[in-house]
Amino acid sequence: MSEVIKEKSMLLQKEMIAKNYDAITSKHETGRKVSSTFVPGNLNELLMCFGIVNNLPEINAIQNGMRKVSGNYIMEAEKHGHSEDVCTYVKADIGMMGKGNIAPNGKPFPDPDVLLLSYTGCYTFMKWFELLREQYKCPTLMLHVPYEGDGHSTKNMRDYIVKQLKEVIIPGLEQVSGVKFDIDRLREYLKNSAKAEDGLVWCLEQGKIKPSPIDAYFGGVYYIGPMFTAFRGTPESIVYYDELMKEVQARIDNKQGPVTPDGTPFNDQKYRLVVEGPPNWTNFREFWKMFYDEGAVVVASSYTKVGGMYDLGFRHDPDNPLESLADYCLGCYTNRNLPTRVDILAKYVEEYEADGLLINSIKSCNSFSAGQLMIMKEVEKRTGKPGAFVESDLVDPRYFSAANIKNRLESYFQMIEQKRRGTGKAA
Amino acid sequence: MSSTAEITARCQALFEDLNFSAARAWKAKAPGRKVIGFLPVYVPLEMIHAAGCLPLGIFGGGDQMEVIHGDAYYQSYICRIPRSTIELGVTGRLDFVDGMIFPFVCDVIRNLSGIWKMMFPNVWSKFFDTPQNFDPSIGGTYYVQELQELREGLETLTGRKISDDDIRRSIKLYNENRRLVREVYAFRAREPWRAPTSEVYLLMRAGLMMEVEEHNQMLRDYLDAAAREDRPKRDNVRVAIYGSFCEQPPLNLIKSVEMAGCYVVEDDYALVNRFLTEDVPTDGDPLEALALAYLKYSVETSCKYVPKEEDKGRFHVEAVRKCGAEGVIYATPSFCDPALLDRPMITHRLADAGIPYIAFKYAENSGQMQPIREQAGTFADSLKLWS
Repeated sequence: MSEVIKEKSMLLQKEMIAKNYDAITSKHETGRKVSSTFVPGNLNELLMCFGIVNNLPEINAIQNGMRKVSGNYIMEAEKHGHSEDVCTYVKADIGMMGKGNIAPNGKPFPDPDVLLLSYTGCYTFMKWFELLREQYKCPTLMLHVPYEGDGHSTKNMRDYIVKQLKEVIIPGLEQVSGVKFDIDRLREYLKNSAKAEDGLVWCLEQGKIKPSPIDAYFGGVYYIGPMFTAFRGTPESIVYYDELMKEVQARIDNKQGPVTPDGTPFNDQKYRLVVEGPPNWTNFREFWKMFYDEGAVVVASSYTKVGGMYDLGFRHDPDNPLESLADYCLGCYTNRNLPTRVDILAKYVEEYEADGLLINSIKSCNSFSAGQLMIMKEVEKRTGKPGAFVESDLVDPRYFSAANIKNRLESYFQMIEQKRRGTGKAA
Repeated sequence: MSSTAEITARCQALFEDLNFSAARAWKAKAPGRKVIGFLPVYVPLEMIHAAGCLPLGIFGGGDQMEVIHGDAYYQSYICRIPRSTIELGVTGRLDFVDGMIFPFVCDVIRNLSGIWKMMFPNVWSKFFDTPQNFDPSIGGTYYVQELQELREGLETLTGRKISDDDIRRSIKLYNENRRLVREVYAFRAREPWRAPTSEVYLLMRAGLMMEVEEHNQMLRDYLDAAAREDRPKRDNVRVAIYGSFCEQPPLNLIKSVEMAGCYVVEDDYALVNRFLTEDVPTDGDPLEALALAYLKYSVETSCKYVPKEEDKGRFHVEAVRKCGAEGVIYATPSFCDPALLDRPMITHRLADAGIPYIAFKYAENSGQMQPIREQAGTFADSLKLWS
């Protein structure tokens, strides 16, 4: 496959990521402490208050998936008794440890100083860090974020999270880092977060324009990168979103679509889709190509909300720092109940004037996947737009069947065409 | 005086009745009665009882029910219990159930709570999230309020207030139930040939489909009958079974393990009636008492976080030693995230403690028992020969 053509924002992000990996792998030289934590419920601003570098095992697994090394790591973990049935992010991470634990910059990952188990929206997180704790024997700080089973958060949930932050997480991070917590420092970072969040939301909402200047799924995973990982709260993330906004605006001005990996603007957009579920990472470009080859652009997605639902109005609030972190954790997409997810997706289909909902159902991820067939039926019923279902996995190449997915996509696009002919107009 | 065979036959009839006729009859006995279904692993049944409702354990469809509709809701890589639970719902077998509680087990059961809200909007349903922080001032405060919300939900459903004394009375009855359950388990551990697990299992499952007062009497009757009856003692090994706390194995699998030469002297099947390991105090604030019991005196299972690394698996090792098991069978449902993610950690601890183990997977409708018999039989032989 040819070299990927990268825009300036992508290059900026690449630099940021590289810098963070260097910060992680140089901890013994710099004396900085390293935390491992998760994308949903990521408390990056809080970690920054203690000068702790943020390492995200999910992102490492994605990197390994895209670099096509996750398959071996997964098999390594399975060889050591990890079931073929469970999450492949976990097995890719554990298998990587078994194969030398080498970071994408080629240097070995140091052991983390703390596991910040921000337990938001995914059961597996709890076991993942129990498994890592068994290996690293390092302090583990659990932040339990209750699930919004009734479709909303309650004062009790919020108070519970704030209390854990005050009495478990902050004292724990003080102990690990030797740095005293300064709430004003946190407020400053949260100000930066809110500004960058405005930028991200603006970009994602441009999917409403025709032709869409963004791809909210395949492109979207780049747009959310800084926000969902180690950069929320940093000045660099504001710079990144300013740059991204400029690029998107330029495409709007030129009536252009998003730039595909081969460097051409994707203008001939025949189908507008909302996508639910994470992407497949091992065959990411191949998967994306199946869409743009057929003229399908993704105008909104749920995966780009997994690290926070900013488009629903939430912003980190420097005036209520800890409460705001609690609200952020509670509101992540997979912490919302199924009826709420149906509401969100149906709203996307309508507001983004999509042709329908496509679900990429991920074998590894029950948090997303359990109930998706019901979600599809409900969204179809509410919007009158057809839904479709493809299956793959996060980082296990054994579960990516290109022919199968391509066939299903082609059938889906035919179904959309038929629906259009039936109603006598394009969406 | 009933015999074990008579008691077991009654339990088996209840267990096999997927129309839940006994619970329907209970409801029909008096106007206004409500039935509340609950899923594994743990729900404070005292709260349902205190509301004057019948707690009804919904543990999937077992191996006797064909799942037709339920499969349309789930991908092939998701366990079976949610699909058979949906099958029970859409086929009208739960049409008399007024409320459903989905406790925290994993993301599949969590998401099933949302499916239920969409499919059965007229049924009161609740996702019940127990704390993963075990500090009374943090997780305890949260949990007391969650119990209060559960209480209010039940009050709205039934139209009657639940007083503190109502809850205390229920706690007393469930304390008695837990004591008797522990007695049955202790009896089985002492003399497993007198209380086969296939019987004990049915006795426990039946208890989740009847009033606690009735189950308490049944447990007493079973203990009396089992102590009275002579049964041949076989040259079996003693094993503990873990990993089966949510989706249940078919009864034939339980029997197969026994037939393969294993006395099961400890298990985590249908754990709800053993989840709390000590009596819940009946004085003071009853919600605080239930919360503290959960935080301080509950079993280690895969749906609970273990705050300290050194404590992981300790519960299992201590339980194995206490009941005198010679080995562990880690038997998990296919695609069960909690049990399968925990398996490497628990088996490491067993190995460190010198406890032999084997592991296999099943589904609630597994039909082929020959491989299970072979595995369990080989394990039993190896324990006899080399342990």
